[in-house]
Amino acid sequence: MASEVSSIDLRVSIGSLKLKNPVMTASGTFGYAREFEPYVNLHRLGAVVVKGISLEPRFGNPPPRIVETSCGMLNAIGLENVGVDRFISEKMVTLRQVNVPVFVNILGDTLDEYREIANRLADVEGISGIEVNISCPNVKKGGVAFGTDPEMAAAVTTVVKKSSTVPVMVKLSPNVTDITVIARAVEDAGADAVSLINTLIGMAIDHRSRKPALANVIGGLSGPAIKPVALRMVYQVAQAVSVPVIGVGGIETAEDVLEFMLAGATAVQIGTANFVNPRASEEAVEGLAHYVATERMGSIREMIGGLVLP
Amino acid sequence: MPQFQKKTQITRIERFSSDIVRLTLDSPDIASVAKPGQFVMVRTGNGKDPLLRRPFSISQTSNRKHFQILFKVVGRGTSLLSHCREGEFLSVLGPLGTGFTVDCQRMNCLVGGGMGIAPLLFLGKTLSRTCPENRPLVVVGARSKDELEPMVNDFNEIGLTVHPATDDGSLGHHGLVTDVLKKLDLREDSEIFVCGPHLMMMAVHFFCEERRYSCQVSMETSMACGMGACLGCIVPVKSGAYAHACSDGPVFDSKELLWQVK
Ligand SMILES: Cc1cc2nc3c(=O)[nH]c(=O)nc-3n(C[C@H](O)[C@H](O)[C@H](O)COP(=O)(O)OP(=O)(O)OC[C@H]3O[C@@H](n4cnc5c(N)ncnc54)[C@H](O)[C@@H]3O)c2cc1C
Ligand SMILES: Cc1cc2nc3c(=O)[nH]c(=O)nc-3n(C[C@H](O)[C@H](O)[C@H](O)COP(=O)(O)O)c2cc1C
Ligand code: FES
Repeated sequence: MASEVSSIDLRVSIGSLKLKNPVMTASGTFGYAREFEPYVNLHRLGAVVVKGISLEPRFGNPPPRIVETSCGMLNAIGLENVGVDRFISEKMVTLRQVNVPVFVNILGDTLDEYREIANRLADVEGISGIEVNISCPNVKKGGVAFGTDPEMAAAVTTVVKKSSTVPVMVKLSPNVTDITVIARAVEDAGADAVSLINTLIGMAIDHRSRKPALANVIGGLSGPAIKPVALRMVYQVAQAVSVPVIGVGGIETAEDVLEFMLAGATAVQIGTANFVNPRASEEAVEGLAHYVATERMGSIREMIGGLVLP
Repeated sequence: MPQFQKKTQITRIERFSSDIVRLTLDSPDIASVAKPGQFVMVRTGNGKDPLLRRPFSISQTSNRKHFQILFKVVGRGTSLLSHCREGEFLSVLGPLGTGFTVDCQRMNCLVGGGMGIAPLLFLGKTLSRTCPENRPLVVVGARSKDELEPMVNDFNEIGLTVHPATDDGSLGHHGLVTDVLKKLDLREDSEIFVCGPHLMMMAVHFFCEERRYSCQVSMETSMACGMGACLGCIVPVKSGAYAHACSDGPVFDSKELLWQVK
């Protein structure tokens, strides 16, 4: 299988960055990649996106932080992370030893924080791209999430883009009325790509204890349950922007990847599925190679936006 | 630390009561490297619902070929598992987590409640092999005799004396394992290994703190991945931060944790 995979054209491009295949892993679901080494040949993936990094370390939310729901899960991790300095001095050291493009997912409470993180990452060796999580509350604007307002989303994009030397991908929140408006705003502000969707805000209640299942009361829904919503949003955004669209949400198998590519995605990210099947990402790559070979396609890129409408 | 994702065959199913089941799984990879206190993540079905794997302690290994999980049916996942048949395959990840640290020089005492007894069987077996001159004491409790007896028998089989306690008095002491523990003649250098309901572990922790015994606890939390990726499995530690039960634990020195009523 290995030699077959390398002779088949699965390559895609995100701005100036060339990936050997469209399968990436989603932020917060793949640790710092090393956790998956016992299960996955990391160098066979298109790219990995690491857990969201903030300027200062964050402890995150109190437990319980996760709960399973029908065909999915809710999480309220609260963006626990080691902070940008320890990320650079510890995590990047091991990530550089893994032969796979690395996207660093960043988050902040203010524009200045986003700018500062991007600055500190700018000269760090081994980073192939930045993914900007804009689903965080803007503390200077009453806690409204950056990603729900086109102007704030554009402003974050501008500051990160100015400080970065690598492609910048902006990760869109689905918790908005019209996601294409935000997508266009960040494209105009210079985003090299958009990834979507982040988790959908949801809630679970235990009727016996009469308590919310999560200590944070609300959390982000992910997994197969959100796939139809993600697919619809990718389809709409792919028509609204000309930068590459990265599909995220409920993707588990090569078939799921093909569906997102048909809807217009150039690449995809696998998230929650990594928890269920740690080999999901590599198996998706194998499945795509098999598909391209049996369909006798010149390249996987033929799938992008290839949806046949009724 | 070696970890595997395996399709393991169920070679034996034992039903101890209407809701307590023990599965023997065939996996030389996992069985030959597992240490007491480690756990596995098991898929309970092939579909998308229930989606996540469920964590179970490795309760015994044999011949570096098989390992067992012992569980109680509490919800959908465990119910599905309890309906498996011999010969079927289960997808298992493991062995995961850190496991217990043992010292043959100390007086070792295992304290288990309910399904918390599961990992202690493996520990008891290992201790009696590695420290044959210094066999551990065992105190275990459950609701009733039918639940507890099979496990007491397992400890007896490896030559360990057991002090049982049951909620209904049908076997051993009528009451809590902590009552039994307090009456034991423990040496100053005792090391207590405890796994069970949160309140029981908390009571044992405070008892050990008072007597200055070392105490290792195995913590239960909700887990999505079992391998340090989701950051869902936190337990509060004294420094004000959180530890991750799947990768920093599930076994912790009880002094490091912040104990509070849930
Ligand atoms: C490291 C570790 C080792 C474990 N070892 C064992 C073991 O050896 N034997 C065993 O029987 N169980 C063990 N558990 C607990 C076991 O994982 C849960 O009982 C199981 O996940 C429940 O799944 P379910 O689908 O049946 O229940 P669900 O439908 O998920 O839940 C049913 C009910 O049980 C409660 N519940 C779920 N998980 C837990 C939990 N972890 N602790 C307390 N209540 C819970 C839920 O709140 C709910 O009320 C262990 C847990 C951990 C973290
Ligand atoms: C436990 C968990 C943690 C996550 N952490 C982050 C994060 O730090 N930054 C981010 O942009 N997205 C985060 N996400 C969102 C995922 O990257 C992804 O967008 C979402 O889960 C949908 O994809 P999925 O259905 O394949 O999981 C997290 C998701 C989960 C389940
Ligand atoms: S269970 Fe996912 S990090 Fe511990």
